[in-house]
Order: sequence, then structure tokens, then C-alpha cells
Amino acid sequence: MTRQMTGAKMVVQALIDQGVDTVFGYPGGAVLPIYDEIFQQNSIKHILVRHEQGAVHAAEGYARATGKPGVCLVTSGPGATNAVTGLTDALMDSIPIIVLTGQVPTFMIGSDAFQEADTVGITRPCTKHNWLVKETDGLSAVIHEAFHVATAGRPGPVLIDIPKDVQFATGTYNAPKPSTSHYQPQVKGDMEAITELVAAIETAKRPIFYTGGGVINSGPGASQLLRELVDATGFPITSTLMGLGCYPASGKHWMGMLGMHGLYEANMAMHDCDLMINIGARFDDRITGRIDAFSPKSKKAHIDIDPSSINKVIKADIPIVGDVGHVLEDILKVWKSRGRKTNQAAVAQWWSKIDEWKAVDCLKFTQEGKTIRPQHALARLEALTKDHDRYICTEVGQHQMWAAQYLGFEDPNRWMTSGGLGTMGYGFPASIGVQMGHPEALVINVAGEASWLMNMQELGTAMQFNLPVKQFILNNERLGMVRQWQELLHGERYSHSWSESLPDFVKLAEAFGAKGIICSNPDDLDDAIMEMINHDGPVLFDCLVEKHENCFPMIPSGKAHNEMLLGEAETQGVIDAKGSVLV
Amino acid sequence: MSALKIKKGSTSHSAYNLRPTFSDVEERHTLAVLVENEPGVLARVIGLFSGRGYNIESLTVAEVDHTGHLSRITIVTTGTPQVIEQIKAQLGRIVSVHEVHDLTVEGPSVERELAMFKVAGQGDKRVEALRLADIFRANVVDSTLESFVFEITGAPDKIDAFADLMRPLGLVEVARTGVAALPRGD
Repeated sequence: MTRQMTGAKMVVQALIDQGVDTVFGYPGGAVLPIYDEIFQQNSIKHILVRHEQGAVHAAEGYARATGKPGVCLVTSGPGATNAVTGLTDALMDSIPIIVLTGQVPTFMIGSDAFQEADTVGITRPCTKHNWLVKETDGLSAVIHEAFHVATAGRPGPVLIDIPKDVQFATGTYNAPKPSTSHYQPQVKGDMEAITELVAAIETAKRPIFYTGGGVINSGPGASQLLRELVDATGFPITSTLMGLGCYPASGKHWMGMLGMHGLYEANMAMHDCDLMINIGARFDDRITGRIDAFSPKSKKAHIDIDPSSINKVIKADIPIVGDVGHVLEDILKVWKSRGRKTNQAAVAQWWSKIDEWKAVDCLKFTQEGKTIRPQHALARLEALTKDHDRYICTEVGQHQMWAAQYLGFEDPNRWMTSGGLGTMGYGFPASIGVQMGHPEALVINVAGEASWLMNMQELGTAMQFNLPVKQFILNNERLGMVRQWQELLHGERYSHSWSESLPDFVKLAEAFGAKGIICSNPDDLDDAIMEMINHDGPVLFDCLVEKHENCFPMIPSGKAHNEMLLGEAETQGVIDAKGSVLV
Repeated sequence: MSALKIKKGSTSHSAYNLRPTFSDVEERHTLAVLVENEPGVLARVIGLFSGRGYNIESLTVAEVDHTGHLSRITIVTTGTPQVIEQIKAQLGRIVSVHEVHDLTVEGPSVERELAMFKVAGQGDKRVEALRLADIFRANVVDSTLESFVFEITGAPDKIDAFADLMRPLGLVEVARTGVAALPRGD
């Protein structure tokens, strides 16, 4: 169906035709025609953020929690440059979002016009693809293609830059149709490689599933298939930060997260395994630690939809390029048809080894005295909220790692965190996006006070749109992870890693019309958390915790998986000069 | 396929030293990349090389299919086998890229480059320059009483050799197009 309409109307029509119900944005001169169209319709809800970075993180949170692409609308120049952090974040974590930016009119491009920036130039390295649309006639096709590119293959952020004269001009609108572009990533894995992997599964003595965000991105069906495969083979499973929830934390074969602050049993099993089945993870440096000591005895299978992930860091013995869901389906089919074999005796022995590592109980802690330990705060949050329809976001730092360790995720799309880029300020706007996608759910952002302040302006957004997001701030008055590294690496010289003049968070909440709760006594914690949950509206929970707590276990920089530190006693002089140059 | 090879006596402790387990012999590869001829496509390709720290020895680009709006980019690059694999995979990931071919491994190929040399001189040097140009089958495309501009086509090492010979004879300026390459046979 083709119709004549203005470019601005086309934008709104294309979003409606793509099934978009929510747009996060901030108006400005170069997008006024589009905002005028938004004003005259009721199909799309527009969430006015307080800063464009917040719009992009909110769209990311929405996308991760709903599985649908998130959409942002911002103006030219500063609007676009403010979106860059969110775009990079989405690129690193493979989150499908579509960012629409206004641009100065085509005849002014290149003249250093007011609020002009080379948006496609600036965002070229931080998007999966971007477009500058110079003809109104081509606009609808570009928008539809943008949705295809953002969601096909390895998902990612895309950006469409729309000059103001293109928004005003009239052109032909084309309704969406299946993409005919050459960009059609391969989703089916090579059957020969899949059969080779099945043969390895049948004989493995010390197998491990190492799963990542690719399982979540492949859709809920992929998580179901993964659960079936794990439970049928009886192999242990660990996951990266990004993959939490793809296998239930209460599952029998779950070992917890792996990596720098992962669980002892998960990292030891990664080091000692003889078959590593990487499903949708990318051997990130937070996972591998020292490369030349990474899992030295194992055969490695790597399932990834992005061919560039294979052999990028770790050489794959069985590389399989394809969508996790499709590949898992084929693995199960082949494995079943060959008689569902595993080396049960050896795997049982492997489990007894894993149980020994589990017995170390690397997350144990004791809550004593009158100061709340952050681990205790999260353990109580877990106990009091796990039966709710719950979504968790985080900021970045110690609290993020503790949340990954002490909270349990039963399902995919319930855990929103900035993994690859490590963006402080991600969690609060992301929680707003999640709440938009799931209005009735309990959405909690586990935060540090420093991260939270980076996008605190979004409290206005939460209030305006009555989004009852719970901000659970573990307040140690420190940049905790920075402080920890300074303690371990820089001779306890705490250079600028604490904040003076922190706000009174209760008053801050009240200044926006939200509810503030402060809690410093462990005895009051449960009641305070219940008060937060039961309040119908945004809550700022200021949880004053131990100021000098370090996050353990930890693989120090430049060390291998079997060289973990389990606690304070082991930290003296562990990171050598070479390790100290690493992030 | 071999298991992970750990180099004996490796001293690398860096979590970012991503390539200790692969061959570290640098290879030279010629890649042919077919791309959509749209604004910014060359910037995407070059940005990939600079952003990820890969080398470009030479790069040529022109539209080769005017109806399909496809351009062919020929890139000569160097790197370890793993880096070359990464370059190809990363190029393949760019949405505007249609095809990536590694002409160095996909069978025999032929490489040509065009260059222009301005050589200024008088007397014997001028005569010698002209004689060598003849041997190299270079054409004279401009001539004054004190200078020649030679045009020469050939593989890059032939052009290098010609440049070496012209240098003592008064070479003042060089322009090279970079390598264009095609696979041999059908």
C-alpha cells in the first residue's frame, strides 16, 4: 500500500506499522515536525526523558525485557551526541534499538549550522548500521530496513538521521514487507559441525556448558531448548553476566556465573573441563582471565551467530555459526537420533569434583554488628522479592557483581545490566524502560550511589509517567570497585574514589515527589524492603552499607581461572606489575 | 583441527594479549570487498581498520557495477593468520558489504598497479631514464626539455624496482594507484 504523506508523518506511520507502542525521546528544533505528528495520534506512547542518554538506556531496558526493539527519538547536534554512550552500550551488549535523530535541513548540512553535528559520522563506529536520509520518498523503506538490520543476526543499535526538510516534504509511504536486502545472516548451523559436537558430547568426561547473552537474544525458545539439553545430558552449566536467566538459578545443574567475580566452582570447572560448549558467549576478557592459561585441557565448541566472534580470542575446535535456537534444536535432534548417549560414569565423577568446589561456598558471609553488609542487603532483597513478577536492573560496579552473585534468575529477559561497556548510569533509565514494557511487574534497580547519580535526573521521568521503579541503592559513599582496585593495585592510595557532599537521598526523592527510605540498621532492613515493595510509586531506597567491603571471589588481572582470590586474607601482593596495567 | 596450543615459556600475563596461541608470522593478503556504493561506505571500511588496529598497505576503490551500485574495494593488508581471519569476518559483518574474498588464499590471482613517475634531469641521466623506461615498458605521457612523466603498470614489486632505478636519475614525484587484483582463470 502506498500513500502520500509528509516525512514526519511517515516516521510515525512506519513505527506504528512496525508494531512500536513506546518511544523514548526528547524534542528539539530538528525533530519538531515529528513531535507535531506524535501530538496528533494515540497509537504510540512517548516517554519524555530528562536527558537523551536516558532515552537510549530506557529503550535498551525495554528491548531486553520485552524482546522487542526499543525506539528513541532525539534532536540533532547535542541530542545525537548525548545518545552516543547508549548506542555504544547497545552495540557491546547486542541490544536491538532504533534511534531516530533530527538533522539540520539538507541544504544546510556542512555549514556548521545551529545544532548541527556529523551524526552518521560520529555514530558510525557505535552502531550496527546507520543512515542519513536525504529523500522523503526513501524514508519509509529505510525505517523498515532499520528494524530488519537491528533485529536480524546479531542484534544491535541502528540510527536514522532525518534532516528537517525531509520531515516537512511530502513523499510516497511504503508499508513494511519482508526484507529483500542482501543482509540476511545465516541462522542454521553447519550439520557436520553439529554432528561433531554431538559426538564430543557423547564421550566427554568433564563437560561444561558456558552460555551467554546470545541465548537470551535468540528468544525464550532458545532458553527452553537449552534447559532441555542441559537437563537431558546432566552436564553442568555456567553463564556470563549477560546470560543470567537462560538457565534457572534453582536448576539442578546450575553452577552460577563465571568470570572475574564469578563463582569458584564455575571458574574451576571451566579450567579443568575437557569439553567446553560455548553457547552465545564471546570469550570476553572478564571471562577468560589470562588467555594462555585459559582452560588448557579442553576441546572447545563455539556457537555464535557472528562469525567474527569465532577465533577472535580463543581458538574454537568446533566452530558453529548460527542462531542459538536453531543450533540447539539441531543438536538435540541429532543427539536423540543417535541414542541420547553420554559418558554417565565419568560425568558423575566430574560432578563429585564440582561438589567439592561447591563445598568451598565462595559466597558465604556473616552479617554481624550494626552495619549492613551489601551481600546481606542483596540476600534479603532476594528472599523478599523472588516470588514476585520481578525484573532487575543494575548500574555498574561492586553492587552489580553482588547482584549477579546473590540474586537468582529463573527466566530470561529478567536481568538488565551493562555488561560490555560497563556504563555507570545505565540502570535507572533502563528500569524505566523495563517498567514501560511490564507495567504491573516489580522493577528494581540495584545501584551504587555514585552510578545512580549519573542519571538521577530520570526521577522526573519516573514521576511524570507514574512508573513505580524501585531504586535500591547500596550506599557506601565510595566508588566501590575503584576503591577496591586502588586497595589491591595502588598501595591503598584512594585517589578520588569517594564522594563528599552526597545528597540526602530521602529529601532528594521528596523533592521530586517520590518516596525516600533510608536504612542503616540490619534489624530494620526487612521492614524497609517490604515498605519499598508495597509503595505504589517510585522509591529511592538509601541502604547505608559497610564502606570498605571488597567484592569476592575475584580472579586478579593477568591470572588464570584456578588462581581465584576467595577473600581478604589472600589479597596481599597478588597482582604483579604486568597485571596492574590491565583494566 | 588442533587443540589450543600453549606456547612453552610464554611470558604473557595480559588479559588483553589476545593472540598468544596462534602463529605470529605476519602474512600479506589481498582482499577484494564488494560493497554497496552508498555514502560513507568507504569510511565504514577504513574505520574498521583504524578502530581495530589493522594495517592497510594499499587500498583502491571504484564503482564496478553501475546498475547494481556496487563498488569493489581492493585492500592489501598484513597480519598474522588470526588477524587476517578477523579482518575478513569483521568486514563481512558490515551491513553494506556484500562479499569478501581473500585473493591470496582463494587460488592464483593477478595484481596490477598503475604508477606515474616524474623524472627531471639532463644529458646522460635523461637518456638513461628513457632507456630504462623502455625496458620496463613504461610510457612517456608528458615531456619537457628537463623532465619526463612515465606511466607504468605492473605488479607492485616491478613498480618498486622501477622507482629504485629512477631515484638516482632525478626522480621528483610519484603517484601510485594502489593494487587492483582479480583471480586468474574462470
